[in-house]
Amino acid sequence: MFEFRDVLYKDILDLPDLEIQAGIVTTLVGPSGSGKSTILRLLNKMTSPTSGKIFFEGKDLAEIPSVEHRRSVAMLTQSPAMFSGTVGDNLLAGFRFQQRPLPEETELQETLYNVHLNKSLASSAMELSGGEKQRLALGRVLLMDATVFLFDEPSSALDEDTERFVIERLTGQAKEKGKTIVLVTHSKAVAETYSDEIVEIAGGKVKGRK
Amino acid sequence: MKGIIDLTIPQILLAYVFVFVVLFIVRARGIKREREILLSSVRMTLQLILTGYVLIYIFENPHPLITIAIILLMEGFAIGTVFQKFKGKLSRKLKRVIALSMSAGTLCCLFYFLLAVVQISPWYDPQYFVPIAGMIVGNSMTGVSLGIKSLTEGMTMQKNLVEEALVLGATPKTATRDIINNTFDGAIMPTINSMLGMGIVFLPGMMTGQILSGIAPTTAIAYQIAIMLGILGSVSLSVILMLVLGYRTFFNEQDQMVDS
Repeated sequence: MFEFRDVLYKDILDLPDLEIQAGIVTTLVGPSGSGKSTILRLLNKMTSPTSGKIFFEGKDLAEIPSVEHRRSVAMLTQSPAMFSGTVGDNLLAGFRFQQRPLPEETELQETLYNVHLNKSLASSAMELSGGEKQRLALGRVLLMDATVFLFDEPSSALDEDTERFVIERLTGQAKEKGKTIVLVTHSKAVAETYSDEIVEIAGGKVKGRK
Repeated sequence: MKGIIDLTIPQILLAYVFVFVVLFIVRARGIKREREILLSSVRMTLQLILTGYVLIYIFENPHPLITIAIILLMEGFAIGTVFQKFKGKLSRKLKRVIALSMSAGTLCCLFYFLLAVVQISPWYDPQYFVPIAGMIVGNSMTGVSLGIKSLTEGMTMQKNLVEEALVLGATPKTATRDIINNTFDGAIMPTINSMLGMGIVFLPGMMTGQILSGIAPTTAIAYQIAIMLGILGSVSLSVILMLVLGYRTFFNEQDQMVDS
């Protein structure tokens, strides 16, 4: 699905050869500052490599219109920003930005359940706790009709039970629908339980694959 | 002309009493501003005297090239003032956008105002062209300045929201919509507010000047109404042009945010 060829990004990443396969859960692990988040940003085209090429489904990413690409490769950032308004407004943010028809309310409720967020759609997004905001942002991304989902530390602000619940649903649903997932996590347990492939990153380089 | 100057010299001298009052206040309170107060008073006096003689010459020798040179000088000075105010904070691309939108916005409104509203003839009549151009360009400069400040601040302070919107599949245009709308609103508010207070809270300068020079208040009011509308149009047009062209300078051709 993704192929890195001689990719350099400033002095942060040096990836002569990295492949991420379609339809599976790939997890990037490694110490903080090793460049994992930057890899996700490259995959989503929020950033472009300093040199080298990234291919998406065989096409050079530089040739694919960025906005279009971001709509098919959805990303949850490490510290997602909340938009002013309600929980519902935030869930619909992606639809509004992409000018797509809005989903039914039941779909929104179901998303809140899937990310373990027990809040009404009308409650204010700004009053949520850190963990709740992160789950809301996760829900917002899951609602997108993307083929690839990139999750940067989706569970860093969650307790263990919630983490297990959320990640299980995340990976389960994605597999059902044949989606590709790239996950960045600090949690060894999460990486080992839910991934099909683990890529170890250190100092901007691939150190190993499992 | 000479008679009027003779008449006003004692009055002008009396007016300088205000400068001494301010000097006394800052000295008594130990505020170190004497130099600037003196300098600004002297500069204002010399600049205005010079302008007065320049205007006399221009009015007596109207020529299209002189009028064009004056408007170019005004635009250049206004654009330069904005650049100076945000020194080191504007990208080259944004500077180009500022120059373009200020020139286009003010010139369109100025020519419409002079040729369609006031209907001056010849088109370069400096008696109308110069003061009206001054008001339109000056007010637009203030509006664009406010706009630039709020646009650059918005793009810095709300960078995470713009990025989040891009991540969620927004185009740069959609992602910056709120910032642009708020900036436009903020930039035209001073003009709107001054229109609200006009005639009640204060009498505007141009109208006051015309009334003092003996023109019927009704004529002065008609001019004031027209020029206020012209200023509103020119401020709005310059600011919106600057915004719709300027937001793009914060993104590269891959629709990624540019590091400032």
